[in-house]
Amino acid sequence: MVRKIEDKSGLLSSLRRKLILGMAALPVMAMSPLAAVASDANTTGLAVTDDEVTVGILHSVTGTMAISETGSVQAEKLAIEQINAMGGVLGRKIKYIQEDGASDWPTFAEKSKKLLVNDKVAAVFGCWTSASRKAVLPVFEQYNGMLYYPTFYEGLEQSPNVIYTGQEATQQILAGIDWVVKEKGAKSFFLLGSDYIWPRTSNKIARKHIEKLGLKVVGEEYYPLGHTQFNSVINKIRLKKPDVIYAIVVGGSNVAFYKQLKAAGIDLTKDNVTLLTISVTEDEIRGIGGENIEGAYAAMKYFQSLDNENNKAFVSAFKEMWGDDIVIGDVTQAAYLGPWLWKAAVEKAGSFDIDKVRAASPGIELTTAPEGYVRIHENHHLWSKTRIGLAKKDGQYDVLYETEELMEPNPFPEGYQ
Amino acid sequence: MNFKISSFANRTEIFGFLVLAVLIVVILPLALDIFRLNLIGKYLTYAFVAIGLVLCWGAGGILSLGQGVFFGLGGYCMAMFLKLEASTPEATKIQSTPGIPDFMDWNQLTELPWFWEPFHSFPLTLVAILVVPTVFAYILGVAMFKRRVGGVYFAIITQAIAAILTILIIGQQGYTGGVNGITDLRTLMGWDIRTESAQYTLYFVNAFLLFVVLLVAQYVRKSKLGRLLVAMREKEDRVRFSGYSVANFKIFVFCLGAAFSAIGGAMFTLQVGFMSPSFVGIVPSIEMVIFTAVGGRLSILGAVWGALIINQAKTLLSEAFPELWLLAMGGLFIAVVMAFPNGLAGLYTTYVEPRLPKFLSGNGGKDADDDSDADVPLASKQAAE
Repeated sequence: MVRKIEDKSGLLSSLRRKLILGMAALPVMAMSPLAAVASDANTTGLAVTDDEVTVGILHSVTGTMAISETGSVQAEKLAIEQINAMGGVLGRKIKYIQEDGASDWPTFAEKSKKLLVNDKVAAVFGCWTSASRKAVLPVFEQYNGMLYYPTFYEGLEQSPNVIYTGQEATQQILAGIDWVVKEKGAKSFFLLGSDYIWPRTSNKIARKHIEKLGLKVVGEEYYPLGHTQFNSVINKIRLKKPDVIYAIVVGGSNVAFYKQLKAAGIDLTKDNVTLLTISVTEDEIRGIGGENIEGAYAAMKYFQSLDNENNKAFVSAFKEMWGDDIVIGDVTQAAYLGPWLWKAAVEKAGSFDIDKVRAASPGIELTTAPEGYVRIHENHHLWSKTRIGLAKKDGQYDVLYETEELMEPNPFPEGYQ
Repeated sequence: MNFKISSFANRTEIFGFLVLAVLIVVILPLALDIFRLNLIGKYLTYAFVAIGLVLCWGAGGILSLGQGVFFGLGGYCMAMFLKLEASTPEATKIQSTPGIPDFMDWNQLTELPWFWEPFHSFPLTLVAILVVPTVFAYILGVAMFKRRVGGVYFAIITQAIAAILTILIIGQQGYTGGVNGITDLRTLMGWDIRTESAQYTLYFVNAFLLFVVLLVAQYVRKSKLGRLLVAMREKEDRVRFSGYSVANFKIFVFCLGAAFSAIGGAMFTLQVGFMSPSFVGIVPSIEMVIFTAVGGRLSILGAVWGALIINQAKTLLSEAFPELWLLAMGGLFIAVVMAFPNGLAGLYTTYVEPRLPKFLSGNGGKDADDDSDADVPLASKQAAE
C-alpha cells in the first residue's frame, strides 16, 4: 500500500523534474531567484524556500553496485519521510532530488556537480564505494557542499565537506581482534581480502594490531574484485591451520568464497577454526546463503537483530515502507542516520548554510539511532560501539558482544600506518 | 598552394563544418551555464575517439573495440602530470612519505616509481600523451596487420587488450591508483583548472583541438590514402595485388586513430579532473563505437554529433528517470541501428539534404557525387539493390 503511494510520488516528481530540466537547458536558473530569499536560515543561495528545502540522494540504482546501494537509498527516503511527518527541518519539508551514479565514478562526479551547482541542494546523502567518494570529493570541496557518506571504509581521509556515518577501519578492526583473542584464545591469523584500498588498508591495521599483541600472522592474500576461485587459498589455509581466518572479501566474490570453504570441509560451526569478517552484512548473506556462512563472526556497528527500542521501531518502519522480505545491514542503518544528523546540525545552527552546519556538526548526538547512541567527533566521523555477531542459518546475526564504551574514530591512526 | 578547396571539401561538408563550429563555439557557450558547458566539453572529448573510429572503421574497415585503451593512456599521462603537481611535500605532509601521490603512500610505496619521473615535466608529458599511445598502437598494428589479422579477430584482440590493461591498472594500485583512479587533480602549472574561467578556457581549447583533428581527418579522407582505405575496406586483395602495402596503410590509420583518442583522453582529464580505469575497459570502448555508429560511421561530422547527442541523452534521461534510463538508452540504440544503419549522418543525407536549397547541397561538383557513392559500403549498396 505504502509502496504504491511512493511510486506515484516518484512519477510526479520525475515529471516535475523534467520541467525543471527543460528550463535548465535555457540559461534561466529557475531556482536561484527564489532561493535568494533573505533570511538567516539561508544566506548562500541554497534551494531553500519558506516551506521547502531540497536535498540530494546520490547512489547507484543501476549497474553492479545497485544491489548494495539500494538499501541506502531506501533508508534515506525513510528518514526523510519520517522527518517530514514530524514537521520537517526548521519548519520546512524536505524535498529530495535523486540522481543515479550508475556504478560509474565519473558519473558520480557529474551528478554531484549537478546537485550542487544546478539544484543548489542543502545536503547530499550518497556514495557507497570509496572510489565514488574519491571522485566526488573535489566537487564537494570546490562548491562547498555537504556529503553524508554511509559506508564503513578505510579511513585516511577527513574532509570538511563530508560527514562519515559509517565506521572507519580502526573502529571495526581493533575491537573485533581483541574480542577474538580474548574469547577464542586465538594465536595465529590468516588475512584475506579483495584487492583494493579498503581491504588492504584494513589488513595493514589488523596486522599491526596482531603483532602488537605478540601474536602471529601466518598468511596474507588478495584476490581481484569479482574473483570466484578460492581453492588455492583454501588449501593454504588448511596447510597453515590458523586459529582465525580474517576475511575482507567484497561483493559477489563472497558467494564463491563461503561455498568453496564449506565444500572444502572447513566447517565454521566447529570450534577448531574461527572466521571473522568485517565485510559481510545481512545484505551479503542473502546472496551467500545462511547455510554456507553459519558460524562465522562479523565485527561491525549494527545488526538487524539488535535488541533495543530504537531498532525495533526502525526495523518495523522500514519493513512497512519497503516490504516484509527486506533485510537491513550495517550500511543501510548508517545511511538512515544521515538525514537525522543533518537535521540536528541544521537545527543547532539555526541555518541551512553549509559553513554553519559544518561548525555545528561536531558534538551533535543522536539518542534515537537504531544502533543506539552516536555522536559526531571533531574529525567528522561518528563515535559508535562495535559489536560482534554470529551468523545464523536464517541469514541474521546473533549479537554476542558489544564494546562497553563508544569507540573513538581515528582515521589517521598513529602506529598503524 | 596546389590544392583547391573543392578538392578538400564539397559544399555540404563546408556547410556542415560551419554549422558545427557555430554551435560549439558560439551557440552553446552563450546558451548554457558553465556546468552544462563543461559537460558538453566532456562529451566532445569522446568525439575525438569517434573521429578516429570513422577513419579506422568507417573508411578503413578496421573495427577496433579497444579505443578506450588509447583514450585512457592519453588521459593517464595527463593525470600523472597533474597528480605530481598536486602532491607537493607541503600538500602531502600528513603522509608517511611526503611528496609522493597519496595512493602510493596508502599502498606502502616509499619512493616515486621510475616511470613517473618524466611526468614532472610538462613538455615531456605533452610528448608522452601523443607518443605513448601511438607507439603502443604501432606495436599492435605491426603485430597484427603484418600477419594479416583482420576483421572479427582484430576486434576481439583489441577488446582483450582493453580488458588486460584495465586489470593491470586495477591490480597495480600502488603505481596507478587502482580502481579509484587518479583523483583530486587541482592545478596545471599553477593554474587552477577547477575555476569557472579555467573551465571556459579549457572548453575552447578543446573545441579548437577538435576542429584541428576534424581537419586532419578530412584531409586524410580526401587524400589518396583515404581512397586507398576505402578500397581496402571493399576489396583488400585487389589493393594488395595492385602493389600497395596494405599493412602499412592500416598501421598508419590505426596509429592516427590512437593519437586522436589520446588527445581526447588528455582533454577529458583536464576538464573532468580525474582519470580512472573505467574509461579504459571494454564497456567504454564499445560505447565509443556506439557513438560512432549512431552518428554515422562514414561521416566524421556525424561522429561528433553522435558523441554529443548520445551523451546529452544519457545525461538528461538519467536525470529524469534515475531508475529506468538504461532501458531507454538501450531502446534508442536499437532503434537507430535497426532503422538507420548509416546513423544520423545517413538520415541527414537521405531526408534532409534533398530539401535544402540548391547552393547548400553537395552536388557542387561531379567529384562529390563520386565520393558519396564510394562512401556507401558494399553491403548496404547490395541491400539497396
